[in-house]
Amino acid sequence: MSTAVREKAVRLPKVRNRTTLITAGLTAALVLCALLAAGIGAYRIPLGDLLASAAHRAGLGGHALDRVPESVLWNVRLPRVVLALLVGGSLGCAGALMQGVFGNPLAEPAVIGVSSGGAVGAVACIVLGLDALGSWTVTAFAFAAGLLTVFAVYAMSRSGGRTEVVTLILTGVAVNAFCGALIGIFLFTADSAAISQVTFWQLGSLAQATWGKVLAVLPFAAAGLAVAPLYARRLDLLALGERPARHLGVDVERMRLVLITVVALLTAAAVAVSGIIGFVGLVVPHLLRMVAGPGHRFLLPASALGGALVLVAGDLAARTVAEPAELPLGVLTALIGSPFFFWLLRRTRTRQGGWA
Amino acid sequence: MRLRRHQEIPERPLPGAELLSAEAVRLTVGGRDLLAGASVRVAAGEVVALLGPNGAGKSTLLSVLAGDAVPAAGEVRLHGRPLDGYGPAELARHRALLPQAAALSFPFPAGEVVRMGRAPWTGTAAAAEDETVVAEAMAATESAAFAERPFTALSGGERARVALARVLAQRTPLLLLDEPTAALDLRHQELVLRVARARAAAGDGVVVVLHDLSLAAAYADRVVLLAGGATVADGPVAEVLRAPLLSEVYGHPVEVLPHPRTGVPLVLPERD
Repeated sequence: MSTAVREKAVRLPKVRNRTTLITAGLTAALVLCALLAAGIGAYRIPLGDLLASAAHRAGLGGHALDRVPESVLWNVRLPRVVLALLVGGSLGCAGALMQGVFGNPLAEPAVIGVSSGGAVGAVACIVLGLDALGSWTVTAFAFAAGLLTVFAVYAMSRSGGRTEVVTLILTGVAVNAFCGALIGIFLFTADSAAISQVTFWQLGSLAQATWGKVLAVLPFAAAGLAVAPLYARRLDLLALGERPARHLGVDVERMRLVLITVVALLTAAAVAVSGIIGFVGLVVPHLLRMVAGPGHRFLLPASALGGALVLVAGDLAARTVAEPAELPLGVLTALIGSPFFFWLLRRTRTRQGGWA
Repeated sequence: MRLRRHQEIPERPLPGAELLSAEAVRLTVGGRDLLAGASVRVAAGEVVALLGPNGAGKSTLLSVLAGDAVPAAGEVRLHGRPLDGYGPAELARHRALLPQAAALSFPFPAGEVVRMGRAPWTGTAAAAEDETVVAEAMAATESAAFAERPFTALSGGERARVALARVLAQRTPLLLLDEPTAALDLRHQELVLRVARARAAAGDGVVVVLHDLSLAAAYADRVVLLAGGATVADGPVAEVLRAPLLSEVYGHPVEVLPHPRTGVPLVLPERD
């Protein structure tokens, strides 16, 4: 027994060191990528100018740039970088949360159809030209539709307190098809301007970023990202299953309601401004789990960081690899994400003989 | 720092004091009577074996005792208080349940799984001894050797022991064990029941579902025999484990012999 105690005393700091190291690494990479993304593009802004302008705005010396670079930086680049941060953080965290709530490593907003559910709300809003809530209208609609979809998927794919992978994915297939049909109906009735707007939006892109959009997403993303870590320990317990978690004192029903709402908040925030950007919420938590274990106290914040990093870097790539043309970001993440998803399925099959 | 409500640590019950009682419990699911008049009680310091053929309602009764299922009729009392008056957090400091099959959605290391058993005590004075309790529980179940390995990579028997260690680490005065020996070899079956006995000796109440009647005879203080969702016998080992009663309940002729050395009943199916 005494050796076991000693072993544990040695092991725990090691894991903690590793998670600290990963968190620090992710943060550093994120800052670096954000700076690069702010500087690189059709109009290059050197790092020195960038910092000078930022210092000037913050009232810490520095100097303003010429009219054009100053405007490019503050009205085009920065809102886009900040939006990528928010959307990526939301998607990464939503993926990790959803996997925890469903007790299933394949749950992801896009895979199970929540993103397309949110998209129905957003498309309805665009096509019908609704703007009752100003710039928040699309987000609010996406949120309402997303919430409805999460609860529907959840209710349909559970039986006996568990969610089997096959049922979950098939439910996702059905929900995606249904949402696609709804979007089709809206497109059928829309005029050509709305159609091209919706089509482009559906591919997933941050090209239309403005400070207004940043503000529209911010409260949703911030609320979701703030609430999620409070449930980290209880999500760990939920991995034991619903009954055992309850036997350990977790109010499972309440936690599930709260967290599903949080997932819908985060996904809707992301979908409303950027369209469907898939696989971020799948790939990022998976990689983090592989290197640092499945504990949610690390996984939830780190997935937000990692998601933000992937999206800032992805968006930088999307607008620079095919210059002067710009790839839709959702297309890029799907191009990289789907093979990863496939590899994951293969690996699980060979290791444990697949999912029941 | 987060503020927490003041959390009570339940007092250790006196030996012999009644911990839990279920009186004439009925439960109907999908038109089928899973329980139809099942009664069981457990006092501090005793091991009660819950026996009966497949489908007799042993696991169902255990989940009613744990507060998972609310009976349609009858009453379950914990420390004399109706079970539905307890919140999940309070209940978690009073009773622990070992489920039949241990599953885990993510590959947590075995040691981390055992540590999950300490969750109900977070924020109480008892949290100070978390590390010791976890180490003791793993030592008692001989699972310390694979503390670092992912739970999902363990063999069935290893998982069962880790799951038991988690339940022991919860340190509740009442233990409900659903077939804790099912996945285990002979040596570890004995180990698990010795652990149950040790917990009873320390003043806890233990209810254990078993299929091996001789194992129950050797380790239980009292036996509750279920058939068709109802309690058909409740008493000391020697009174309940009689050949005519068991033959009738199990629908197979059974013989009960005293062990040549210890005199403890051995229950064997009659074979040609």
